[in-house]
Amino acid sequence: MPPFDRVVELHGTTVLRVCRALLEPTDADDAWSETFLAALVAWPDLPSDVNVEAWLVTVARRKALDVIRARGRRPQPVEHLPEPGADGESSSAAFDEVLARDDALLRAVRSLPEGQRDAVVLHHLAGLSHLEVAELTGRSHAACRRSAADGVAALRNVLGERDEKGSTPTLPTRPTGPTGSTGSTAIRPEAPRPEAPRRTRPREGARP
Amino acid sequence: MNDTAPDVDAAVQHRLVEATDTEPGPGLDAHLDLLRGRLADQAAVVGTVDVFWRTVPSPVGLLLLCSTDVGLVRVAFEVEDHDAVLDRVAEQVGSRVLRSGRQLDEVAVEIDQYFAGRRRDFDLVLDRRLSRGFQRTVLEHLPEIPYGETASYARVATASGSPRAVRAVGTACATNPLPVVVPCHRVVRSDGTPGRYRGGEAAKAVLLGLESQLSAGARS
Repeated sequence: MPPFDRVVELHGTTVLRVCRALLEPTDADDAWSETFLAALVAWPDLPSDVNVEAWLVTVARRKALDVIRARGRRPQPVEHLPEPGADGESSSAAFDEVLARDDALLRAVRSLPEGQRDAVVLHHLAGLSHLEVAELTGRSHAACRRSAADGVAALRNVLGERDEKGSTPTLPTRPTGPTGSTGSTAIRPEAPRPEAPRRTRPREGARP
Repeated sequence: MNDTAPDVDAAVQHRLVEATDTEPGPGLDAHLDLLRGRLADQAAVVGTVDVFWRTVPSPVGLLLLCSTDVGLVRVAFEVEDHDAVLDRVAEQVGSRVLRSGRQLDEVAVEIDQYFAGRRRDFDLVLDRRLSRGFQRTVLEHLPEIPYGETASYARVATASGSPRAVRAVGTACATNPLPVVVPCHRVVRSDGTPGRYRGGEAAKAVLLGLESQLSAGARS
């Protein structure tokens, strides 16, 4: 096997993204370390044809789920925002605003049903294919594809919210039907999904 | 494998990357460096690492340092291609390879001291597993050549108990897995020219120049 370090270098960012999407920053760092510690042990015996990135993401997701489950049994610690630095009032206010907005998106992601959350994080953030997501979550290819679309639809409120305050983030209103993995079709009346670059509009120019 | 799946929504991906504060750049690099350092320290505690490595700058270019739980196992020059050396070390020693500044701190300090002229002998534990047989015998005799002095290949062959194995001594020195620390640079041709060296003849001349200058300075 090649030096394990090269794996850390190649996939460290992707694993951090998955951990940060699912967990608070400190927990995310711990999950990142645990992922690579576990991967390090398994590395020499790993089949050489394995998809290393998908394998690491699988481990990271499992570590994150462990933390989430453990957290569920304990009282939530108070979230505190990182120090904005000595930049002065105005920029720190802007910093808070950005942070709150990002926070709203991540909270919305975390509150998605598991299937949609996996699809959004593993497919749209980590860049794995639907097939890879299906393999690593044990769901069907079709269900993963559907969940990815449903997840993004459910996030639309928060994704489009860039100009607003962000102090009272609205959680995505979930479309009718329990989750995206129940076999209902992806076509929803309130969320027409043309393949056109529909969402390019609110993205640019939203920053002050 | 690193290609993003074709139907990833780029705008959504961008927003998620932004929200997780993982845009490529110096901030992310610094954080990943921190995490890698922590990972190496944690793995060292558990004992699941075959090789730690780091680099140190030196007058003969960036030096790669590799150590095992036994000791320093490999020193490599830039001209050897550090990536290729790490590949080889992973094959020979083990693939659980991690970068760590801290685990090799002591080695880096001694190397620094050596090039600053404040150290003549290394107090490092060596892992000699990458040299065997006659090469190992030769390399173990090299620290007998004092700092600032040289010996010919023929003299080293005699000291190693095989006076006629001059060529083999040349090969043993030219493939020393621990150059600089095990002073194969002090073995030169009988006509006084430096001779083959893993880091190139120029690097050998730099090391000999440094040592002769400093030992001459100490004598006067």
